Amino acid sequence: MKDKIIIKNGFVVDPKSSRQGYFDIVIIDDKICEVIQKDNKYNCISSYDCARVIDATGMTVVPGLIDVHCHLRDPGLEYKEDILSGSMSAAKGGFTSVACMPNTKPVADNKTVIEYIKNKAKRIGLVNVYPIGAISKGLEGLELAEIGELKEAGAVAISDDGNPVSNSSLMKKALLYSSYFDMPVISHCEDLSLVEEGVMNEGRMSTILGLKGIPSAAEEIMVARDIILSEYTGVPVHIAHVSTRLSVELIRKAKQRGVQVTAETCPHYFSITDEACDNFNTNAKVNPPLRTQDDIEAIIEGLSDGTIDIIATDHAPHHIDEKNVEFNMALNGISGFETAVGLCVTNLIKSQRIDMADLICKMSVNPARLLKLPGKGCLDAGYDADVTIIDLNSEYRVDSSKFYSKGKNTPFNNFLLYGEVKYTIVGGKIIVDGGNVICSLTN
Amino acid sequence: MGLKNKDLLGLRNITCEEIMSVLETAKVMKKVLESNNKKTPHLQGKSIVTLFYENSTRTRLSFELAAKFMSANASSISASASSVAKGETLIDTGKTIDAMGTDVVIIRHPMSGAPHLLAQNIKACVINAGDGMNEHPTQALLDMYTMWEKKKDLSKLKVAIIGDILHSRVARSNIWGLAKMGADVSVFAPPTLMPKDIGDVGARVCKKIEDALDCADVVMGLRIQMERQKKGLFPSTKEYASYFGINGSLLKLAKDDCLLMHPGPVNRGLELTTQVIDGENSVINEQVTNGVAVRMALLYLLTRREHV
Repeated sequence: MKDKIIIKNGFVVDPKSSRQGYFDIVIIDDKICEVIQKDNKYNCISSYDCARVIDATGMTVVPGLIDVHCHLRDPGLEYKEDILSGSMSAAKGGFTSVACMPNTKPVADNKTVIEYIKNKAKRIGLVNVYPIGAISKGLEGLELAEIGELKEAGAVAISDDGNPVSNSSLMKKALLYSSYFDMPVISHCEDLSLVEEGVMNEGRMSTILGLKGIPSAAEEIMVARDIILSEYTGVPVHIAHVSTRLSVELIRKAKQRGVQVTAETCPHYFSITDEACDNFNTNAKVNPPLRTQDDIEAIIEGLSDGTIDIIATDHAPHHIDEKNVEFNMALNGISGFETAVGLCVTNLIKSQRIDMADLICKMSVNPARLLKLPGKGCLDAGYDADVTIIDLNSEYRVDSSKFYSKGKNTPFNNFLLYGEVKYTIVGGKIIVDGGNVICSLTN
Repeated sequence: MGLKNKDLLGLRNITCEEIMSVLETAKVMKKVLESNNKKTPHLQGKSIVTLFYENSTRTRLSFELAAKFMSANASSISASASSVAKGETLIDTGKTIDAMGTDVVIIRHPMSGAPHLLAQNIKACVINAGDGMNEHPTQALLDMYTMWEKKKDLSKLKVAIIGDILHSRVARSNIWGLAKMGADVSVFAPPTLMPKDIGDVGARVCKKIEDALDCADVVMGLRIQMERQKKGLFPSTKEYASYFGINGSLLKLAKDDCLLMHPGPVNRGLELTTQVIDGENSVINEQVTNGVAVRMALLYLLTRREHV
């Protein structure tokens, strides 16, 4: 007998198939079998007696969310997060697929680490985990990693995330070489000579707190450089975690003249400013740093006019001992899986800055396109049965102590947010049921 | 009257009433200092620890004398000599000091916000004796005491702060405190040593040193650290002295009876010329005396608070 799920009465938002309205979705095994007008007869099954029926009345049904940028910390840093806790956290956040960055210990700059991540994720079997390989060996920015082997082992992109590729010549070679393997290059844009020992955005707040500032120019100069290199080589580049107004403007102009540049931002860059660092709040310490209200405005404009293609979490869990220290000593990063949907719904949808179809493009359709994931990002018949069901009107208070992630490091604790993930279905398996992760490990 | 909080971390989050109560208490303490018998019983049975992660001569001595004049037990820990060198965290060091029955911890630390972290995690009162580029509230209070004693009404004063504003915790605390008291605070620095958006926090930013000095009641020079030159923030000490230092003729732009202040230690011939340091407007040595009085006042007010 085949596994069947019927999602009834939900409001479907599926931009890739241009469906938006009340549809029922029938899932058989790991594929979407049928999407039909609400209450019409199903063709692919005779009745739904034998199926699990999810009543999605009042909820929004979307293709499974895909995060192109997260840190699962496994192998080597399991005290911060591991693939199991990270998978549960991702699922709770509505993500059916996540791409994890290579700054693990050892670095994912070789096929062994890529295979380890893929195998462990498969064994856990909660969400799809796509490893991203390193651009340079050891993330040192000196020599290219074995990009062909990384691809063959299953890496979906390359990035030195956490570090910039400071050497422009190496970046040019990375673009050219990776193009042979059709591997997307994701760039962490940061001019380290401008950052020096900076620990937060340079501006009024860094002046008040007496903390060394990071100028917005440190990001923008590298965004400009990568646009120029992409234009020069004709190879696409993807800009990670865009946080400033000028970065958005540089990318917008580049797109207008046909440069193959794509870009992502993260929920924290359109939700809070560097004011969150007041009282030396290390949970607001992140790289790139939280910026100003004007930058938030520009990020939202960039999301709304299509300059920014993707919303990623940059989920960066840390142990409490790495945050409960002097601000200078605290590590950068926000545990982001479990607040992403809430921040997007609250700050983009409820405030009517972008519509739901646009949001799903940025959280599912475009991520699937960037990472070239066939069968993802759409709810049409034949696609993988990766589905997220969100109650847009349910208001809840963020409680980091209840995070599935080991990383409780968030500046959003106690925030009131709209948009709760009620169900996450991955490959026809219900992982989040009624808001709770059902963790039944296969084998 | 008195202090509202357990700790003195900075002047940003303190009221005018609290500042005035420190200044008025310090006035009484200064009388004790000037008397023949520099001993009061106010801190008898209290344990005071100075925890310094940076070198200091005057601030540390000033606190220790203040504590001893008031009959407290004063002990000191230097970062190099303590378990810090063994990798202990600040919170763990703090809890250890706390567990030994300490009433007040006076901390100096190279990182902004370290005293705040300590204060949140221990029972003892915490006094910030300078944290990174953030605040040095007791220095600003002794500066304000000196101005108040000499000039009376702080709200009528025009104060010029000249030098490395970017790295100066003394400047920040003075800006918070003086702006709160209604003084007109001007700042001048070479553009590489001026923090971004400082104009938004209560100081008037001057493009020319002359504009800042013009008719000032108080001129405050700041120490320039040699390592700033190595970081390329200015090309040489010679050039700094000639374009950004305060000399006798520049000082003439200020009021005739202006106070010339400096938190010390001074680099003679760099931020101030010797003529200015030793000139008749200089109150640099009185600042040091007032520092002990102000710190006695703070220790008194903070420890008294516990018994209320």
